Amino acid sequence: MSTDHNIFVTEETVEGESEGPLADATVAVKDNISTEGVRTTCGSEMLDDYVPPYDATVVERLKAAGATVVGKANMDEFGMGSTTETSAFGPVDNPAAPGRVPGGSSGGSAAAVAAGAADLALGSDTGGSVRNPAAFCGVVGIKPTYGLVSRYGLVAYANSLEQIGPLAPTVEAAAELLDVIAGPDERDATTREEGADSDYAGAADGDVGGTTVGVPTELVEGADEGVVERFEEALDDLRAQGATVEEVSLPSVEHAVEAYYVIAMSEASSNLARFDGVRYGNSGGFEGNWNEAFSESREAFGEEVKRRILLGTYALSAGYHDKYYKQAQNARAWVKQDFDEAFADVDVLASPTMPTPPFERGESLDDPLQMYLADANTVPVNLADLPAISVPAGEVEGGPVGIQFVGPAFGEEEIIRVGSAVEN
Amino acid sequence: MSETSPGPEEVRHVARLARVGLDDDEVERFTDQFADILDYFETLDEVPEVDREADLVNVMRDDEVRESLSPEEALANAPETEDGYFKGPNVS
Repeated sequence: MSTDHNIFVTEETVEGESEGPLADATVAVKDNISTEGVRTTCGSEMLDDYVPPYDATVVERLKAAGATVVGKANMDEFGMGSTTETSAFGPVDNPAAPGRVPGGSSGGSAAAVAAGAADLALGSDTGGSVRNPAAFCGVVGIKPTYGLVSRYGLVAYANSLEQIGPLAPTVEAAAELLDVIAGPDERDATTREEGADSDYAGAADGDVGGTTVGVPTELVEGADEGVVERFEEALDDLRAQGATVEEVSLPSVEHAVEAYYVIAMSEASSNLARFDGVRYGNSGGFEGNWNEAFSESREAFGEEVKRRILLGTYALSAGYHDKYYKQAQNARAWVKQDFDEAFADVDVLASPTMPTPPFERGESLDDPLQMYLADANTVPVNLADLPAISVPAGEVEGGPVGIQFVGPAFGEEEIIRVGSAVEN
Repeated sequence: MSETSPGPEEVRHVARLARVGLDDDEVERFTDQFADILDYFETLDEVPEVDREADLVNVMRDDEVRESLSPEEALANAPETEDGYFKGPNVS
């Protein structure tokens, strides 16, 4: 089944310990997470023969928990895309909506779970890259609070925004996987003490009595009619189970997409400078001087990657830094402040995860700005370093719809609890 | 169109700064797309200045020798090596 959808870049079985909480589980690992002895391409021609000499911390923890890794999941090149069509290894098809994209950039990971090619999967979420494909493929995805999960061994795209997160068929299964990977790591100085002795799976008890759910009007206004209908039905369900729903306003989110892309592209322009074809990465051969050889080897990047490196370089260049980068940091601070104020009144925030059902393949490739705008509901969460979950909320014509719950920092238990109530 | 949008020459200049080779088609497409995207980024002008009360903690560890990759492992992915070193192009 997996070959039908182009889910894996590399299919390889790596057995974990014989016992542990995931002893019976198979896991697909996104191909930007390092696996010792198994090639890790980031969906890029630049790294098509790169074999990491060590495991990412999350992979060490998977093995220690008994999980069996069954392959490296296809993805948008270096995590840059919302549709898993920018992979050098070809696009992934959506098992839940054939002919449509699986979302991105962890599209292979979400498709692996949706198609039953793996029980669970790991993705990474920089601006929605776990939640977006979870919504489009009809599975559950969690973007943890920044610092909850170690990024050691994750090939960096935008360090200040990205977190590794679980994908699974149910909220409880996603929470179990989060329990395994969460917690401090001395090799990632941005990790915190939270998550060390977590019981997120235990929080998936479906009990929402007395919970207040805030709905930011700004994140519902732009969504398709059918998506809003499914979203409203999920909220009605929660009301019936004892939750209170009220409208809130987050004026800052109107600028979140611009701020996100300026910051992510700026960090990408710096992070991707390491691919020089000397230490690793495909070499263009050593004709000419260092600058020429370097530029030549980097022609191997796909167009979306080049676009972001160039825009990031431009945004950081003399004369434009204050106009773009500094203003983006202001917007990021404003978004954080807005969320903080909202959480003074409500327990969680809810919105549609994606404003539309899955796109048809090829639909967004010619217009990058249109693709960037599709991330409007997911990127504010990364700017504010907060946790969020996407849970299936039915289907419309075109495919699955996801509902997103956002919590305060390290409020994973609360979003897991509310998410599990949607499944009731 | 944005007053600061880069033309084709400026796109080539930024590509040189970023050490990314582009073909002529890419230069043409990027010139058009950057105008739209940067226009959109300019709405950041409307963002107010916001106080950032960052709660910072020093996370430096002691500088101790630890286990690390062997030279062979570190060189394993290099396209070319010589005598235990990475081999790269001329610097000048």
